[in-house]
Amino acid sequence: MTAHYPVLQVIVPLLAAPFCLVLRIPRLVAIFAILVSATAFLISTALLQQVLSHGIVIYELGGWAAPWGIEYRIDQLNGYLLVLISGISTVVLIAAQSSIGRELPENRHTFFYTAYLLCLTGLLGILVTGDAFNLFVFLEIASLSSYILIALGTDRRALTASYQYLIMGTIGATFIIIGVGLMYMMTGTLNMHDLSQRLPEIYKSRTVLCAFGFFIVGVCLKLALFPLHLWLPNAYAYAPSIATAFLAATSTKVAVYVLIRFIFSIFGINFVITSLPLSEIFLVLALAGIFAASISAIYQLNIKRLFAYSSIAQIGYMILGLAIGTQLGLTATLLHLFNHALMKGALFLAIGAVVYRINSSQLHHYAGLGKKMPWTMSAIVVGGLSLIGVPLTVGFVSKWYLVTALLDKGWWPVAVLVLLSSLLAVVYVWRIVEWIYFTPPRIILTDIQEAPLSQLIPIWLLVLANLYFGVDTRLTVGVSKLAAQSLFGVTL
Amino acid sequence: MVATALAIVCLDDLFAVVMLAGIYSLLSACFFVDLDAVDVAFTEASVGAGISTLLMLASLKLVKRYEDKSRYKPLLALGVVTVTGALLIYGTLDMPHFGDPGAPVHHHVADRYIEKSMGEIGVPNIVTSILAAYRGYDTLGETCVIFTAGIGVMSLLMVSRRTREESRKKVPADMSQQVILRIVAKMMIPFILIFALYVQFHGDYGPGGGFQAGVIFAAGIILYTMLFGLGVAQKVFSPEVIKLLTAFGVLVYAGVGMTCIFLGGNFLDYNVLAHDPVHGQHLGILLIELGVGTTVAAVMTTIFFEFTWRTVKHRYK
Repeated sequence: MTAHYPVLQVIVPLLAAPFCLVLRIPRLVAIFAILVSATAFLISTALLQQVLSHGIVIYELGGWAAPWGIEYRIDQLNGYLLVLISGISTVVLIAAQSSIGRELPENRHTFFYTAYLLCLTGLLGILVTGDAFNLFVFLEIASLSSYILIALGTDRRALTASYQYLIMGTIGATFIIIGVGLMYMMTGTLNMHDLSQRLPEIYKSRTVLCAFGFFIVGVCLKLALFPLHLWLPNAYAYAPSIATAFLAATSTKVAVYVLIRFIFSIFGINFVITSLPLSEIFLVLALAGIFAASISAIYQLNIKRLFAYSSIAQIGYMILGLAIGTQLGLTATLLHLFNHALMKGALFLAIGAVVYRINSSQLHHYAGLGKKMPWTMSAIVVGGLSLIGVPLTVGFVSKWYLVTALLDKGWWPVAVLVLLSSLLAVVYVWRIVEWIYFTPPRIILTDIQEAPLSQLIPIWLLVLANLYFGVDTRLTVGVSKLAAQSLFGVTL
Repeated sequence: MVATALAIVCLDDLFAVVMLAGIYSLLSACFFVDLDAVDVAFTEASVGAGISTLLMLASLKLVKRYEDKSRYKPLLALGVVTVTGALLIYGTLDMPHFGDPGAPVHHHVADRYIEKSMGEIGVPNIVTSILAAYRGYDTLGETCVIFTAGIGVMSLLMVSRRTREESRKKVPADMSQQVILRIVAKMMIPFILIFALYVQFHGDYGPGGGFQAGVIFAAGIILYTMLFGLGVAQKVFSPEVIKLLTAFGVLVYAGVGMTCIFLGGNFLDYNVLAHDPVHGQHLGILLIELGVGTTVAAVMTTIFFEFTWRTVKHRYK
C-alpha cells in the first residue's frame, strides 16, 4: 500500500466527498470528515518522510509512463506543503462541528462537509501532480468548492462575495488554461518535467512569453496579489468562520506554490529573470500590497475583514521573497508560507469561536471580552504578535529570514520598508487588543462564556504550533532550505 | 460568431441573449467539426447549445426579461480586455502555422497515441483512449468538477421538502395546453433517451461518451418535465434518488480505480481488470464512462429541478 500513498493522498478525500451524501446524518458526516482528513494527514507525513529519505517519489496513474499518462511527482517542496495543508484541514475540522452547528441551518451541514472535502481534494491534487493540465483540473475542483463554502455564509452578502470571487477566479482559471494551452502548443507535452526540458529550446518565441504572462497573471489573481486582491476581503468576511479559517490558511498558499512551481521547476529562474522584469514587477507590487493592505487593515471595523487585509499584506511578503530571486529569498517565502498558515489558521479559528458565542465579528462587540473569554482572546493576542513578528513566534522567524535575504542581496532600503510595515501590523493588532482588554463593554456581558473545548483545543493546537515552530525551527527551516536548494539545483 | 458575440453584448433583452448564446455554441460546434474535432463539437453542441440554454431559460423565469440600464461605464475593464486581446494576438505571431504537420503538438506525445493505442487499448476512437485511459485521471477530476457544481446548486438553492410537496399539488404543467408540443415530445422523448444510451455505449467506436450521453439523457428528462409538469416528472425521477446518483457516478469511477489497486495495478490501471490487458481496458472504459454518464445526467437534472422549485416558490406563494 505504501507505494500507492501519492494517489491515496488525493483519492481518500475524493471518494469521501460523495460518500458524505450517502451518509446524510450531519453528526456522522462531521466525524467522518475528521477521520478522512486525519488519514490524509497521516499519509502526507509518511510521504514527506519517504521524500526526505529516498528523494523524489513518482507515481504513474493508470500505469502509463510519464509524458503519455499523468504522473504524480513529490519532492521536498510539495511534500512539505502536503503536510501543512492536510494538517491544518484536520485541525480546522475538529472545531467545525460546533461552529458550523451554530452558523448554518442543519440541512446544509452535509453539503458543507462535502464541499470542504472536495476543496481539500482539489488543494492536495494541485500539490502532488506533475502534470500541468491535471493541475488545472484540480484547481477547478478547489475553486468551485471554495465558492460554495463562501456562499454558504449566513449573511446575504456572502452570495455577492462568492459571486465576485467566482468571476475573478474564473478569469484567473481561464488565463491559466490559456497559458497551459499555449505551452502545449509549443512543446506537445503537458508533463511538467517534460515541459522544463523542452521549453529552453524555444525561450525566444513570443508564444512562450505570452504563455508565461497569461499563466502568471492567472495565478496572481488566485493568490490575491495586490492589485488583483479585490475579491478576497469580502469573501473572507462573509464566509462561515470555519470556511474562512480553512481557506485563509490553505488556498492562497497553494496558489503561491503553483507560482513557485512554474517559475522554478518549469520555466527556470534564468528565463524568468532574463526575459521579463518579473523581479522588479513583483518587488513593486509586493511592497505596494504590503503597505496598502496594512493601512486598510487599520481602518476596518469588522475583525474578519481586518485579518483578510492583513492576509493580503502577508502575501506581499511571500512575493517579496520570490522577487529577491535568490535561494535565501525563496527559503524565506517557503517559511512564511508555512508560518502564515499557522497564524491565520489560529486567528480565524479564534474569531470563529467568538462568533460562536456573540454571533458578531464587528470589532466594537469585542469590548470587554478579554475577561469573559480569556483563552480565546489570548489566542488572538498571540496570533497577532506572531503577525507582527515578535521573537519566540513563527512570525519572527519568517521576517528574520526575509530581512536577511534582502540584506544579502543588498536591498537594504527594502529591508527597512519591511521593518516599517511591521509597525503597521503593530497598529492594527493593538487596536484589537485595546477593544478586547481596555474598553469597557457598552452592555453588560453576563451570559457570555468561554468558547467550548471542542474549539479551544484546535485553536490552542495552532497557537502552540506558532510558538513551537518559532523556537524549534529545525523542521520548517530545514525543509524550506532543502526545497529551495533543489528548486535552484534543477535550473542551474 | 463575431456578429453573434457583439449582438449578445449590445442587446438588453435577456431572452434574445440566451437564444443568441445558444446559437453561438452551435456555431462553435460547427467550427469544431470543421477542425475535425468531432468529439469536442458533440460536447459543445449538447452542453453549450442544448442544456445550458435550457438552464438559462429556467433561471430567466426567476428574473425579469429585460436588463436594467446601468450608468456604470466600464472603461477600465474595456482597457484590460483590449490589452489581453492584443497580447493573445501577439502570442500567435510565433505559433506554428495552422495545420503544419511538423508542429510539436503532432509529434512527441501524440505519435504514440496514434501508433500504439489500438494495440494497447484496442479502441478505435483515439479520443476515447486518451480521455478514458491515458489521461483517465483527468476525466475523473472533471467528473468531480461536475459533482462539485451539483453540490453547489443543491446547497445554495435548496428548497425544503414541504415546499416541494406543496408545489407538486399546486402547479399545473406550464405547457399542458400545448397539444402539438405534447404529442411531438411524447414521440421524441423515447428516441432521445435511446440516442443517449447509444452515445453512451458507442463512445469507443465513434464520437461520444459519458459526458455527451449524460447531457442528452438529462435533456430528455428536462423536456418531459417542462411539458408534463414537475409533479409527474418527480414520480419517475425521485429527487432523493437523483441526489444519490450524482454521488454514485463519482464513486463508481473512483471505485474502479481503487479496484485496480487491490488487483495489484496502479490507480486506474485497467490492464489488471481482466486476464487480457485489452479486455481489461475495455471493461475499465465501459465502467468509468458509465460513472461519468450517471453523474452528468444526475447533476444536470438536479440543477434543472432546483431552479424550477425556486421558480415555483416565488411564483405561487
